[in-house]
Amino acid sequence: MSHARDLVSMRSGQKGVVASVHGGLGVTKRLDAMGIRPGVNLVKVAGQLFGGPVVVQVGNAQMAVGFGMAKKILVKIEAQQEES
Amino acid sequence: MKVALVGNPNVGKSAVFNRLTGASVIVSNYPGTTVEFTRGTMRLGGQPVEVVDLPGTYSLEPTCKAEEVTAQALEELAPGDVILNVVDSTNLERGLGLTLQLTRLRKPMVLALNMWDEAKHTGVQIDVPVLEKSLGVPCVPVVAITGEGIRTLAEKVRQAAVPPHEFDNAERWREVGNLLGNAQKLSHRHHTVLERLGDASLRPLAGTAIAFLVLGASLGAIWVLGEGLIRCALRPFFEEAWGPLMLNLSALLGGRGLLHDLLIGKLTEGGIDYGGSFGLLTTGLFVPFAAVLPYVFSFYLVLSILEDSGYLPRLAVLADRFMHNVGLHGMGMIPMLLGLGCNVPGALSGRIMESERERFICTTLMSIAVPCMAQTAMIVGLAGRHGPQALVLIFGTLLLVWFVLGVILNGLLKGESPEILVDIPPYRVPYFKGLLKKVWMRLVAFIFEAVPFVLVGVLLANLLYSLGAIDLVGRLAEPVVTGLMGLPRESVGGLAVGFLRKDVAIGMLAPLDLSFRQTVVACVVLAVYFPCVATFAVMLRELGALKTLKASAIMALTALTVGTLMNLVLRVAVG
Repeated sequence: MSHARDLVSMRSGQKGVVASVHGGLGVTKRLDAMGIRPGVNLVKVAGQLFGGPVVVQVGNAQMAVGFGMAKKILVKIEAQQEES
Repeated sequence: MKVALVGNPNVGKSAVFNRLTGASVIVSNYPGTTVEFTRGTMRLGGQPVEVVDLPGTYSLEPTCKAEEVTAQALEELAPGDVILNVVDSTNLERGLGLTLQLTRLRKPMVLALNMWDEAKHTGVQIDVPVLEKSLGVPCVPVVAITGEGIRTLAEKVRQAAVPPHEFDNAERWREVGNLLGNAQKLSHRHHTVLERLGDASLRPLAGTAIAFLVLGASLGAIWVLGEGLIRCALRPFFEEAWGPLMLNLSALLGGRGLLHDLLIGKLTEGGIDYGGSFGLLTTGLFVPFAAVLPYVFSFYLVLSILEDSGYLPRLAVLADRFMHNVGLHGMGMIPMLLGLGCNVPGALSGRIMESERERFICTTLMSIAVPCMAQTAMIVGLAGRHGPQALVLIFGTLLLVWFVLGVILNGLLKGESPEILVDIPPYRVPYFKGLLKKVWMRLVAFIFEAVPFVLVGVLLANLLYSLGAIDLVGRLAEPVVTGLMGLPRESVGGLAVGFLRKDVAIGMLAPLDLSFRQTVVACVVLAVYFPCVATFAVMLRELGALKTLKASAIMALTALTVGTLMNLVLRVAVG
């Protein structure tokens, strides 16, 4: 079974599908235009210490997403990884 | 007819622009290199056609100043103007999202599929005829950086077509999905060494270690190269070849007189002292060409390698958390780094910051506490005589001022700063020819834009001295300059010329024989108290009169406080 967690609490290297993006209209629109929107596959590449940005890979693109924004992006983790 | 280059950030619009027009626009591997629009001309069937290079945008709904420039320029297109939409072939989905929005403008369009070579290597196969058919506009694969496909692209601009289909904006990602399903094939491949390195430089621990290594190596390279050029080439040239020539000229002019003093300046013990003569042909040429240019060259060489490799956005990610202390996100590093070269492009690139508040903090901090390379080179020359501890004190203080002032501004200014959201481009091996061209462009800009100011500064310094004006202003400013900051009255001349050029100003301090304490205080105050006139002009344009006034008041206050405090502390510490 799989459940959704935010980008910050995802582990580096984990894969998943974006379930929902919360936050203001401006931010969601910008994320949408850059390729982060419900339904897309992504991989978390790296996180930073003490609330720095999270880096994700969507297709061939890598993006840094600020900490606050990253907390508002919920991702459904692929089932097999959840167990390991 | 006009051709407008539009596309996502960092897809190579400026590279296409340079290829089409033969113009020279700075091209780098990070989003936000182009922040204003640049015009050029290309030839189409013998006719000159205007081409505009617009800042990159992800969508037609702007989120920062650079994107506003693009949205507005698109609104102002006349019927018959052509949109040349540049996309990154390795990131076709995101690019087409904007393409579909552009089709709604009902303008003739051409699509340039840039980075075609990289797409092949990353296993992205695009069926060009199928894409052309579904979009209804010509599509051309290109590699802008090397010029591949540019000729075909130019021909296709003449066949630009108004897109026949109207795509629904709300449904555009589904439409893009359909387009890609037919026109794109992805094949799996293994990670390359560069990609592994790219990921490592984003991890908190490995990344920080890499960052220190990169920055340390950069500083070292700038110093070794700059100092090496001065010691081995330029100083010998000025001393052994140019000096005797000037002495002959001096004798020809009779050794004195107004013209002699303007051109050659004062002779010390019958010889030329490039630091103190203050003639246009002696100090006026020595300062920009022998003291500053070598450092400007080495700085821009190193910066250009960092820019083209794609390292800067990674540095921005690592620095993000720290930058929030001063009310900026990680991308605020970029105006600061550019400012270390010259404050003018530094102030301009403040546009990559999304909010007014960030732009104000960014530009103010940069103009106050980031010394440009010309200034740094002169400081190294002047204060270096007092040993490395003087340099550590000067640059350490500037860093501290930057940080403390940033924290204060962040606390006092209303509102919050937006968070970072930036594309991290892949590492790329810099294209050597392009890199050299970029360094060359920046050197030419320095020679034609900065050197005239240096000459005017030297002339002004000369006149101020000979008319006795320095003495007069010196007496007026004495309570502050001498009383609070502990500097000799004569240093007012340098402070006055500092409005024009900081490098000349520091040069004017050289003949004064300042003590360790006075040198440190004078260098810091000169760096902080006012931007040079060229930077000031850009600030006026970017921030408006009111905010520039506000920034100037902050500067004056900071210079006064820091100068006085340093004078007191150093008096106690070193006497």
